[in-house]
Amino acid sequence: MKVDRRSFLGLGLGAVAGFSVSPVLLKLTDDSSIWTQNWPWTPVPVDGEVSYQNSVCSLCPGSCGISIRKIDDRPVKIEGLDEYPINDGGACLHGISGLQYLYDPARIKTPLKKNGDKFEEISWDDAISMVAGKLMDIRATGSPEKLACIADKDRGSVSGLLKRLVTTFGSPNFYTMPSFESYLELTATPLHGRGTTIGFDLENSDFVLSFGAGVIEGWGSPVNCFKANASRKERGAKLYQIEPRLSNTAANADRWLPINPGTEADLALGLCAVILKNNLFAGTAKFKGGFNKFSATLQNDYPLSKTSEITGIKESDIEEMATLFAKAKMPVAVFGKGRGDGSQSLKELIAVHTLNCLVGSINRKGGAFIQPVKNYLEFPAESLDGIAREGIAKPRLGRYVHDLVEKVNASSQPVVEALFVYQSNPCYALHDTKTIKQALGKIPFIVSFSSFLDETAKEADIILPVHTFIERLEDIPSGSGLAKTVVGLSKPVIKPVFNTKHPGDIFILIAKALDNAVAQNFEWVSYDKCLEAVAGRIWKSLAKDGHVILAEDVPEGSPEIDVTYLSGNPASVQSNGDGDLILIPIDNMRLPSAAMTASPFAIKTVSDEVLKGRDTVVEINPKTAKGLKNFDYVTLTTPVGSAKVMIHLNEGMMPGVVGMVKGLGHTFDNKYVSNKGVNINDLIGPVIEPGSGLDAAFGIKAKISRA
Amino acid sequence: MSKKESESGSAKSAGECTAGDTKDDKGLGLGVIFFIVAFVICFLSGTLLFPKLLYSKKEQPFNFDHRLHVEQTGDCESCHALREDGSFNGIPKLAKCQECHSETPLGETKDEAVFAEMYVAKEKEVPWYVYSKQPDCVFFSHAAHTKTKGMDCVTCHGPIGTSTTLKPYEENRITGYSRDIWGQNIWGIKKHSWDRMKMDDCAECHKKETGHQGYCFQCHK
Repeated sequence: MKVDRRSFLGLGLGAVAGFSVSPVLLKLTDDSSIWTQNWPWTPVPVDGEVSYQNSVCSLCPGSCGISIRKIDDRPVKIEGLDEYPINDGGACLHGISGLQYLYDPARIKTPLKKNGDKFEEISWDDAISMVAGKLMDIRATGSPEKLACIADKDRGSVSGLLKRLVTTFGSPNFYTMPSFESYLELTATPLHGRGTTIGFDLENSDFVLSFGAGVIEGWGSPVNCFKANASRKERGAKLYQIEPRLSNTAANADRWLPINPGTEADLALGLCAVILKNNLFAGTAKFKGGFNKFSATLQNDYPLSKTSEITGIKESDIEEMATLFAKAKMPVAVFGKGRGDGSQSLKELIAVHTLNCLVGSINRKGGAFIQPVKNYLEFPAESLDGIAREGIAKPRLGRYVHDLVEKVNASSQPVVEALFVYQSNPCYALHDTKTIKQALGKIPFIVSFSSFLDETAKEADIILPVHTFIERLEDIPSGSGLAKTVVGLSKPVIKPVFNTKHPGDIFILIAKALDNAVAQNFEWVSYDKCLEAVAGRIWKSLAKDGHVILAEDVPEGSPEIDVTYLSGNPASVQSNGDGDLILIPIDNMRLPSAAMTASPFAIKTVSDEVLKGRDTVVEINPKTAKGLKNFDYVTLTTPVGSAKVMIHLNEGMMPGVVGMVKGLGHTFDNKYVSNKGVNINDLIGPVIEPGSGLDAAFGIKAKISRA
Repeated sequence: MSKKESESGSAKSAGECTAGDTKDDKGLGLGVIFFIVAFVICFLSGTLLFPKLLYSKKEQPFNFDHRLHVEQTGDCESCHALREDGSFNGIPKLAKCQECHSETPLGETKDEAVFAEMYVAKEKEVPWYVYSKQPDCVFFSHAAHTKTKGMDCVTCHGPIGTSTTLKPYEENRITGYSRDIWGQNIWGIKKHSWDRMKMDDCAECHKKETGHQGYCFQCHK
């Protein structure tokens, strides 16, 4: 017998036939179909028991109630909480993607200490003792005021503890980042007295005159504003939007009135002049501080023709607007350009609010509510030793954060020996970031209390990482121009994902590691116990219901209105530089621009006309474009810096103005949101308003040239 | 060779290629033998060896005596229960076990000692291999079958409640799912309703009980 090719053919055929009639083919076909339908690398959510836990979102000052869906112990979804007094079931895109912050690539997983240019991991005990050791050294020099602190806000028990730590240590230098809440208090103080704030009853107003307030772009308490705006048509209420750009709010308004950037205060005063001249003001208001002088100044400084010339709005429109506003039943004028937390001119804020005062919209349904700042927390009286008393008696370095920065940069000796930065990102969010970083570079010891290794945390010497809002208990007071005042309770819905601590616990630990003079003011075992004690009056309801409404009705009585601040018509701020264009910031609902950074989900929702690939797209009017086409690269130059950007031609932008979105251009280690676009604060510098001392830069002169 | 021969081929060479030649018969015979041998080897490999290659055997973290637990608790539902929202809890979590068990074992078995020491004391969930785990693309409601229609657990899961040991978990190397889904028989032949848990088995029962095998979207949502 000879083995030839037929034998091999027989062998092959036999093998094929053998396998064919065996279960191999049938089984492999079935298995491969299951495999291809369930790729092993595709994550499959773990099954478990579904439960819901209520909490409060503190990503922005909106303070919305949220319901968190959990599978076993793992939160998987955030939804708006039904019947919550602020948002009634609504939620914004940042709230619903809040869980992404838990696993953010930039999260700080354990305490860190800077060694050269790098951070190295240290234990909590070491970190606390290093901070306490440095603070004790400062105290020993008798200059406790050389400890400064920058926090996101000064309301609520966590900020209360931090402020208490700084005060009992002996420093008056506690600063907060600019916020809409702070502007409301700054506006109310000269007009209605110290300790007051303003809320706007948008839900009931029948005529909203908005001076650039992004009512549907994150202004105030965003979801509450969405709802108020959504019901506007049903209620027959009008919205007039005054701003240089056809924003979403302007497009949604009954009328958009483009105005020359930075002339909003002049328009508001011009409108006041028309109302006074035409006897349209409500005579019931209690004015003081030289009302007649104020009235005479307005008639003199703001005749219609001049207001029109300054603002670029037609005389007839100004007159019509003033008349409609004054004759409406429940009008309200709202201020705070964009989100309301950027730089603002106090003259503008007071001028706009004076419109409310003139037409009698104070403490009236649908108007502006003047109410005392609600202090629902009762901290025990502070016990200060001699060093602390001397320290806090010394003058602050300035009124605002930018004053602190300026003082540090101007001095050859360290005026600040140690800086605490709590939940804020001044190196990104303040104007002219280079000077901010320069100032922080001059401070010998910086402690960051942050959840993320952001631009400011990177400058720190020690980082004490804090829980995110989903991992911690905290009282969250509402504000941001809401007509009602609600304190919500944010609750831990997951065990801390990393080796982080509650900021309140960290402050207590630091205090206890200091000498007894400070430590005796922090006798609580933990932050939880502290909150329970200091929120004593409302704690039971807060713990049971998750929120307490402190005020919701129209405040009684009519407060005095002191027009002294405006009676001399203080000078308006001008934009710096000599360019032929004005660069103005744009607040986009999808891009947070303060301490919070956009989540990976949120940044994916930004349109190509804002961020194209990794390039910021700026908006200009076709008339200003001078032959440039959509998405051409240009170099945008301001006195502070320059950047390569793309342009988008937008007829909704006033000629001569360039609009750039805020919230892009992060530079820390987060592949989802960093290195995308330009940070506008690298291009705009502060402009200090005389009188208020605020950074009131509404923009900056700029030039563009083809890149 | 003449010119004629070369044009039409020689008789000799033609004869070598003629069918029916004895040499060719032998070649075909060997081919048949090769065919049969290969067929038998491949058939047997596909039937007997293939399942051994396809599935990897994994031992459970420790043995679990279902019979003992059923005797103690009275039924399956004490541990494998429907939640308030109607969803099924599957394998109970550690917290459920801790309703009876603590770090101090109740009995004297080595397995309970492992459980107490490695899982209860460390508050760690037991990483059980689940014999009946189905792909994520399938929706199945236990409540609809056991509560609404009163089906017995045994119909699909078999008499696990009377077992005293856990068999090794045989994981399909391709799909990652248990062998119990396809069934122990590699041909997919079943004797009992609980021998397989494939879609066809669902459809078969649905056809029998409801008159219709059901629509795709009922399970693949």
